[in-house]
Amino acid sequence: MAERTQKQRTTTQRTDDAPVETPGVSENGEKLKAELDDLLDEIDEVLETNAEEFVKSYVQKGGQ
Amino acid sequence: MALRKILGLETEFGILHRGRGDTNPIAASSKLINAYVSTVGAVGAAGSPVSVRVGWDFVDETPSLDARGELVHGSYAPEVETHLVNAVLTNGARYYVDHAHPELSAPECADALDVVRYDRAAELILQDSMAAVNATLPEGEEIVVYKNNSDRKGNSYGTHENYLMDRTVPFGRIVAHVTPHFITRQIFTGAGKVGSEAAGVSSAQVPFQLTQRADFFEEEVGLETTLKRPIVNTRDEPHADAKKYRRLHVIVGDANLAQVATFLKVGTTAIVLCMIEDDAIGAPRVFADPVRTLRDASYDLTLRVPHRLDDGTTITALDHQWELLGRAKAYAERVDLVDLVGASAPMVLDRWERVLGGLERDPMDLADQLDWVAKLRLFEAYRTRNGLEWGDARLAAMDLQYHDLRPGRSLAAKVGLEVLVTDEDARLATTEPPSDTRAFFRGRCLQRWSDRIIAANWDSMVFDVGGDPLRRVPMMEPTRGTAAHVGSLLEECATPAELLARLGS
Repeated sequence: MAERTQKQRTTTQRTDDAPVETPGVSENGEKLKAELDDLLDEIDEVLETNAEEFVKSYVQKGGQ
Repeated sequence: MALRKILGLETEFGILHRGRGDTNPIAASSKLINAYVSTVGAVGAAGSPVSVRVGWDFVDETPSLDARGELVHGSYAPEVETHLVNAVLTNGARYYVDHAHPELSAPECADALDVVRYDRAAELILQDSMAAVNATLPEGEEIVVYKNNSDRKGNSYGTHENYLMDRTVPFGRIVAHVTPHFITRQIFTGAGKVGSEAAGVSSAQVPFQLTQRADFFEEEVGLETTLKRPIVNTRDEPHADAKKYRRLHVIVGDANLAQVATFLKVGTTAIVLCMIEDDAIGAPRVFADPVRTLRDASYDLTLRVPHRLDDGTTITALDHQWELLGRAKAYAERVDLVDLVGASAPMVLDRWERVLGGLERDPMDLADQLDWVAKLRLFEAYRTRNGLEWGDARLAAMDLQYHDLRPGRSLAAKVGLEVLVTDEDARLATTEPPSDTRAFFRGRCLQRWSDRIIAANWDSMVFDVGGDPLRRVPMMEPTRGTAAHVGSLLEECATPAELLARLGS
């Protein structure tokens, strides 16, 4: 019961507080996707050549 | 009453000395910083030295004082390592070797956007340091710096936040309210990590999580920072007038490459702390098991998992952040938030709301704003294209390489993260101090008279004006020593002796 009440309240608050509909999200999404495709093409060029060895050698002791 | 929030980030960087068998991270860190101080340090903006070999003054360092009022005896060796490199930069930062890492403690700022500016400046300083040191190394060797918090083998290093608070606010009230915020803010502060380093948690259970750090927290409240890390750290070392101020030392956050994430991490926390000081935050949401919930929230990529509260009800991390945002907006109607957290206050509230909206609709919409989303999106795409399992070493390598600070190698630099502070602006901040905190006084004095400054620390500077005994200038008020306060005085004084005479010290 308490849980349901709480959910209703936060939903109400969300509706009140965040009616923002961001225009251009889908265009932005398309742009990001195209960029991601390009990035994947590019990424093999810069990735560590021996992933396993690199991950193994990455040891960092004595931190807070 | 809520105080003007003075803010600062300290970052411990990961470091590798590549192409060399027996690597010593302390030696590599020292070389890195020394190379910056001596090579890059020639001339900066306005003909001033970029950095100086001023000694750090440890006289007021008391890391074992506990905010709960007890002095912990015997269990803490002094953490300061005086023989290691310690530089004070003209932008007001401290750049030094801490344990086995290069650490940069950015200057005190009075606005979350300025924190972002000096955090980006820190990245540029580390890049310049790599270029400087690598020019001196034998062929085939390279020192590389990573801005992350884990080596994926159970070793973690911190990105700490600092917030100036009113000493009269009971520490228990701070703990009660800030703990749930630290747990649920992970949905936008997380820097993302492939797998888990927590004991007994397999990669199959947690192929990817929101944060770098959640795996390493074992206590709710405590003084430790290197083992049994607590969600709320009690180190009570204000670096300011201890009768008036406390410095909340926050160790639970991640190092972010996404500027929006850094901006929200600091901006939302500063507002929450003001609400706590003004007792204007309502009743706290108390999680039944905070340590476990910190991890559960980090492991929940859906953001839909309800977490148990101690009154028997539940709440999701996202709903808790909506609730805090609602309270912050109501608070902003009653107080001058710009006066408390700086000119970017309306931008914090606006971005907080838009990011929560995005997380609710589809987190992937935020791939240009939040590190964990940018990583998850990239890794999922790479995984699908190459038919990889989550446990594949190539994904673990990409997870580390996202944080590589070399511009040509950094995956974070390639994923199209939104920029809040231009590199031109951040470049200026590598040598110029913030104008609106005491860091201005520290930075300007170092620019003008580095050869007459014997030592510096957060709350004082020691001058040698010749003949007389050394003169210490206390700086116990973080909001004083600003450009407005001492700018023209510094311009008018030709020598440090004149400055000290005018200051009446």
